[in-house]
Formats: sequence, structure tokens, C-alpha cells
Amino acid sequence: MKLDSKIPEGRLEDKWRNYQIKAQLINPANKKKLNVIVVGSGLSGAGAAATLAELGYDVQCFCYQDSARRAHSVAAQGGINAAKNYQHDGDSVWRMFYDTLKGGDFRSREANTYRLAELSAPLIDHFVQQGVPFAREYGGVLVNRSFGGVQVQRTFYARGQTGQQLLLAAYSQLYKMIRAKKVKMFPRSEMIDLVVIDGKAKGIIVRDLVTGELKRYVADAIVLATGGYSRVFRLSTLAIGCNGSAIWKAHKRGAFFAAPSFTQIHPTALPQTSEAQSKLTLMSESLRNDGRIWVPKKKEDIRKANDIPEKERDYYLERRYPSFGNLAPRDIASRAAKERIDAGYGVGRLKNAVYLDFRHAIDKLGIQTIKDRYENLFGMYKKITGIDAYKEPMQISPAAHFSMGGLWVDYELMTTIPGLYAVGECNFSDHGANRLGANSLLQASIDGYFILPNTINNYLAGALEEDIPTTDHIEFEKAEKEVRVIIDRVLNINGTKTVDHFHRELGKVMWQECAMSRNKKGLEKAILQIKTLKDEFWSDVKVTGSGNELNTELEKALRLADFMEMGILMCTDALEREESCGAHFREEFQTEDGEAVRVDENYSYVSAWEYDEGDFKLHKEELEFEFVQPSVRSYK
Amino acid sequence: MKVTFKIWRQENRNTKGAIKEYKVDGLTEDMSFLEALDHLNELLVLKNEKVIAYEYDCREGICGQCGVFINGRAHGPHDNITTCQLHMRSFKDGDTIVVEPWRAASFPVLKDLIVDRSAFDRIMEQGGYITAKTGTAPEANAILIPKEVSDSAMDVAACIGCGACVATCKNASAALFASAKINHLNNLPQGHPEAHKRVQEMTYQMELEGFGSCSFTGACEVECPEGISITNIAEMYAKYTKAKLFG
Repeated sequence: MKLDSKIPEGRLEDKWRNYQIKAQLINPANKKKLNVIVVGSGLSGAGAAATLAELGYDVQCFCYQDSARRAHSVAAQGGINAAKNYQHDGDSVWRMFYDTLKGGDFRSREANTYRLAELSAPLIDHFVQQGVPFAREYGGVLVNRSFGGVQVQRTFYARGQTGQQLLLAAYSQLYKMIRAKKVKMFPRSEMIDLVVIDGKAKGIIVRDLVTGELKRYVADAIVLATGGYSRVFRLSTLAIGCNGSAIWKAHKRGAFFAAPSFTQIHPTALPQTSEAQSKLTLMSESLRNDGRIWVPKKKEDIRKANDIPEKERDYYLERRYPSFGNLAPRDIASRAAKERIDAGYGVGRLKNAVYLDFRHAIDKLGIQTIKDRYENLFGMYKKITGIDAYKEPMQISPAAHFSMGGLWVDYELMTTIPGLYAVGECNFSDHGANRLGANSLLQASIDGYFILPNTINNYLAGALEEDIPTTDHIEFEKAEKEVRVIIDRVLNINGTKTVDHFHRELGKVMWQECAMSRNKKGLEKAILQIKTLKDEFWSDVKVTGSGNELNTELEKALRLADFMEMGILMCTDALEREESCGAHFREEFQTEDGEAVRVDENYSYVSAWEYDEGDFKLHKEELEFEFVQPSVRSYK
Repeated sequence: MKVTFKIWRQENRNTKGAIKEYKVDGLTEDMSFLEALDHLNELLVLKNEKVIAYEYDCREGICGQCGVFINGRAHGPHDNITTCQLHMRSFKDGDTIVVEPWRAASFPVLKDLIVDRSAFDRIMEQGGYITAKTGTAPEANAILIPKEVSDSAMDVAACIGCGACVATCKNASAALFASAKINHLNNLPQGHPEAHKRVQEMTYQMELEGFGSCSFTGACEVECPEGISITNIAEMYAKYTKAKLFG
């Protein structure tokens, strides 16, 4: 199968306009006859559901949480980028496009990345209109700050709760359309399988998480907006319920999975303190605007941070990357932290952290300014650790955070299954091998609000002539039966180990071999280990309770079963890519001073994996750089 | 660390529940309260018992999904935090910890510690939004909003919808929750056109859902993880009166 990315003709600046000019339209009377399923109610899902409903489609929206307002977009802290150039500091759509493409280490499509930058400015207008209380100057205009990998100020924010405010805006618009009877919302409902009929996505099987009942839903098109899958590492900054099951089921039904191993490890999370830990809390990257990162120059220095004199501190980011310093991109900052920790300079009880110090900023700007900027983050830090970061430095550590990889989509955000779309973090489109801070909320919103509602017509126009199948169709029967078999199987193993035991083991393997630093031997070993773990899971896991009730243990087991298979694909992908690019760092490909070595002549493509009876077949989408010459990515 | 949990167990909405006792060893002070429950659940699985159902998602205090009564207080012994932000260092070795679901008629128990808070969504549905279609917005800086106005809108927009205010209120009033959204939107220029309608419809829905009236005890603001002030309720009722008179 040849992958067609459907990039429109023309200059970079004209592509999206050219696309829209040629896209098919559907008249309002006909839109009413079409219905769309949206799985996930985060920023991209709720945005898509609300906007599609405004346009006249009938929408059914599903989420596993008790309310659409819980989706994990809520936890994004620092902000959202837009090329408004309000700060008059030389920003432009082109510069934002270039920063994003370079930040992703030239492993994303030019056209997609440009469109992301192009639509960023109207998105801020949109959110302001919806009542998002972005930070403002005394004169009433909007404020910006900087984020990593960028030398301009283009990040808009609402304290340290930007994701929450954007999500609540999307949620409120969703409920506006629920009231208008154009969206039907199904909370506590988890998609368990995808139904494909005659090669097209036509429905889903959903488990009602309260009653355990399996239900069938049919639609003309299906949109997956199910977020990231970094819980495959178990310990991550993600919500505990975040999972990859919906996209994994879609993958097994024929959707290609692109760049599965591209995972962002965030440099500023709270360190792990015990085996029982379930979550690594993120501290916003915005803190790096004013905080300075350091470790002691002396190995295993046991003095308290404040007792270590200035000249005995190693501000390693400022030392290695003088032009970007503490605002180096995430992949680089994480790897630099790992390097220091592995070399024995880590701090904290388990020696697995580095310091993030605000003393200089407080001395210079005064404590009130720092409070205005980060009060809720400092408060959160104190609640969790009991430490007052106004008085002593924070201790931070890298943690799995974002999946750049996801279902392969074309310029229209359609997967390789006709009628199946993927929006937001669950697709692979704009971020390449590393995502820049504050581009995540941006991509999720733009996919849902602006792109999908303009591209889905092209497919749905054709669906008007087709009869919609009923849920009695043989494919629905088959899919539901398969789900039932898996659920019964999990419940009947009655082994000796808990689901969490297997998740911890999977997490250890993935974190060791497929996170910040990877090598051939380790990845080969990891694949075998995960296969063994998978066999053990299916012969020795124990899940109590039944399938016909609210059973949180069963939910975890089903998600973990998919994570294990996904872990194998992630390692396979990392093994195949014999180069270092962005977050994907292969130890065999580095310079003498430890910087990544990209191999453009062999690996300038997006890997797109096809599921093949438990094995995976690689397809390549070659990346063509027409407008920008890929350069060595340097932040020195 | 060793504690005794006394936990509300209830099969489903239609059955009666009861407190059950669990002695748990092997906990550490670093563990969050929810991690201690995770630990207990693993022990229950290995003893072939059904796990305790409780809610959580982000585990960093922002999604609002977690929330239980701990020793008679919403979200546990401290002021202004969520259940997931509570750590075992707040308890002593040998303590008995009583864990119950939110108590409010409008939040029926679904199972064990999980309640149905969909009433909050239905309040939001009645005007907890600004009617503006995607694509219709003017340039963002065209409408100036003074910093003080934006900041005070943010103070209340921060509500995470956890329901602690209702659970801790002796009247099970949702006034703090509703006032937070109403004041957020009504104080911004974008929210003005629908201001009167919004305050009337949202408060009406609040009553339909069976939430009690506010009698200004101030219990809610003590438990609110975002520290939303009770003065918002007074402001909401002032807006309500104004809407009735001029709306």
C-alpha cells in the first residue's frame, strides 16, 4: 500500500487555502442526515464534537471519565503557542513553523507543521471569545512568555492552568451543543473495539463502565481523540486512566501506526520516591523561564542545596547550551539531566533528581513577581513534597510525558482506514521526533476546531449516497464476540499476580530500554522480555469481580493487555531507526560530546507500521523538504 | 506504616452499603492516600476479593475526579487540597482512617466510594458557556480586559468540579460550584450578553437537581481545592436579583 499524504499543491503559504478551495461542501439539509462518533472528550475531541455539531452533523461523543471535563488536557500547565507577534520580537508564522519543524528534528511534514503555525493566531481569538481568562497586562492586552526551544515570546497562558482553562472552554461548548440536542454524550463509556465494514470505519463497541454492558454504535465516520499512550511506561505525567487501547484496536483493524517510539520525556517532573508510586507529577516547563537547573560539581555531595556555594555548582544546561541555556528543548534538557544523574551527580534521597533553583530570580525580580507567575505551581510542589521552593530549590527529574507517535494520518487527519480520523495527541502529524513546549494544546485544539471540521466533508460527501449499516451487521456481531472472549479470558485466568505487578514490570523494561537512551542490544532484549511478560500475563494474572459490573480492575487489565503489545511495537520501531533524532536517541549514533547524530540519507521518513497477525510490517512515508533545508539541530 | 481503614462498601446504586474494616501493613509516609488504597486493592485481589471502587484520574489535583470523605472531612484532614494530594505522612502509624463517599442526595452512590456527579454537567448545560460558534471570534486584543478583571475571573474559573463543596455542606448546596462558573463568565465582557439568562437558568437547574440552599456556613471554601471564596455566592445572588429586576 502506497501512503498518500494528500499534501495540496502550491507554495507553503497557500496550501491550506488551496485545500479549502477544492474541498467538497455538504449542504446544511444533508449534514443533518450524517452522524459522527467522537471518542474522547479532551481538547481535540470536545472541540471537534462541538464544532461538527455547530455545522449540523449529529454527534455522539464518548469518554471513559465520569465527565467530559476530566480529560487529561486539563493537566497541561504552561501555555499555548501562537504566532501573534504581540511582543514585537520578530515572531511570524514562518518562524513558528521553522521552530516547530526544527524542534521536531525534521521528522514531520512541512505542510502540516506550517498549517499548525498558520492557524495558531485565530485560535487565540477563538479561546478569548469563549471566555478563557488568559493572563493580561494592566492595560488589558494579552501577555506572553517563552517556552523551550524558542527565542521569542509567543506562549499565551492562564496561570499554571492553561490546559484546564482551554479544556473547560471546549467542554462548555460541548455542553452548549448537548443542550441544542446535536451532541449526545456518553461518559463512563470506553471504546473496546472498532467495527470496519467493507473497508470503512462504521462503528464502535463500547463497554458501559457502570454496568459492564457491551454496546454497539454506528456512524458515517469515526473520530478518535483518545490522547497519548505514555502510560505504557506506567510512571508518567499522564492521568492514570490514559491508555492506548482505542488506537491500538484501530491499529489491529488496519490503521497504520506511525513513529510509535517517539516519546517525549519531560525534564521537569517530580522524581520517583518509592516503588508504590503511581504517578510522576509534572512541574511546568514555564518554570525554566526563571529557574536555573544545576547539580553539585562534586559527586555525591551530601550538603544541603543552599549550603553549596555558587562556584561549586554545575549549571550544566547553561554550560553546554549557552545560547538557549535553561530553555533548551525538552529532549535535550532531559538527556542532559540523565547524563548528570547517571554520572553520579544526582541529588535527592534516591540521587535521581537535579535542582531547579529560583534564588537568583527571587533576588532579581522580588518574591511577588515569582508568586504572580508560578504561585499555584509552588503551592502544588509544597503539597506533594512538603518543601517550600521559595526557600530551597525544587528537585526535579525526567518523566515520560507525550507521545509524538500515533496513528498515521494524512493532511486531512484521516488514518489508513477510510472514515476513521485521528485528532490531537493520538495521531502522528506535526511534532516530528520532539514536540516543543506549548505546542500540544495548540495541536489538539487546531485539529479539533479548525482542521477536521474542514476536511471530514470530503469523505462524508461520499457517505451521503451509502446506506448506513445497522448494528445487527455481521461485523458488529463478530467484533462484540471477540471482545467478550477477551474479557472472559482475562477474568478466568485466576492466576497469582495483580495487574499492577505486570504494569510495573512492563514499565521498568520500557523505561530502561525505550526511553531517553536506546541501543540495539537493549531493544532486542526488551522485545523478548515483553513477549515473555505478555505470556505470563495471559497465564498468571488475577482479576477479581465480574464483567457485568463496575470493575476498575478489569478496566486496568484490558488496557494493560494492549499496552504490552504496543510496547513491542515501540521497541521494534526504535530498533529499526538507526539514527538519533529528537527524543529518539540511539547510543550508537552520537558525537564525541554526546550530541545526537541524524542520518538523513537513510531515515528521512515517517515509519508507518501495519499490523500483521501479531507481527508488524514497515511502510515508509518519505519526507520531502521543499521549502526548508534540514540542518543539524543545534542549541549551543 | 500500619493503619486500619474503615471503608464504605456498596455493590451498586440499588443495594445497601456498610462500613468494612481492613488492616493494612507495608505503607510508607511517602505514599499518597490513593496509592495506599491501590496497595490495599492489590492485597484484596490476592485474597480473591473484589477491589474497592474509588475515583481518580490525573493524580495531580486538577481533573477533579477523585474525592472521598476521610475521617469526616471532604478530601481529608487538610484545607484546600484534593484527595490525590493527600499523603500518608498526614497520618500516624496505627491510625484508623474512615473513608466514605461524598454524601449528598444529588450525588447518588454508584459503587463503594464512587458517586454520580452528572448533576454538575447538567448545571453547566444551562448556560455555563458563551454562545460563540467556532470561526466567529474577533481579534483577541480587540476587547481589552483589565488585569484585575481577568485575574478575578481566573480565580473562579479554576474550579475543578470535584464536588467537595456540596459534600461538605450540611445543606448539600451547589452554590459555590454554580457561582464560580457564573461569576467567571458574567464578569468578562464576552459573557455579558447572556449574563442575566445565565444566572437564572443555572441557579434554576441547581434547584431542579435537588441541591440545598446556601446558608453561608463557609464550610465549602475550607475544602475547595482551589480556595474559591464564599463571597462568590453573595455575588451570584446579587447578580440573580439584578437579573430578576432587569433581565
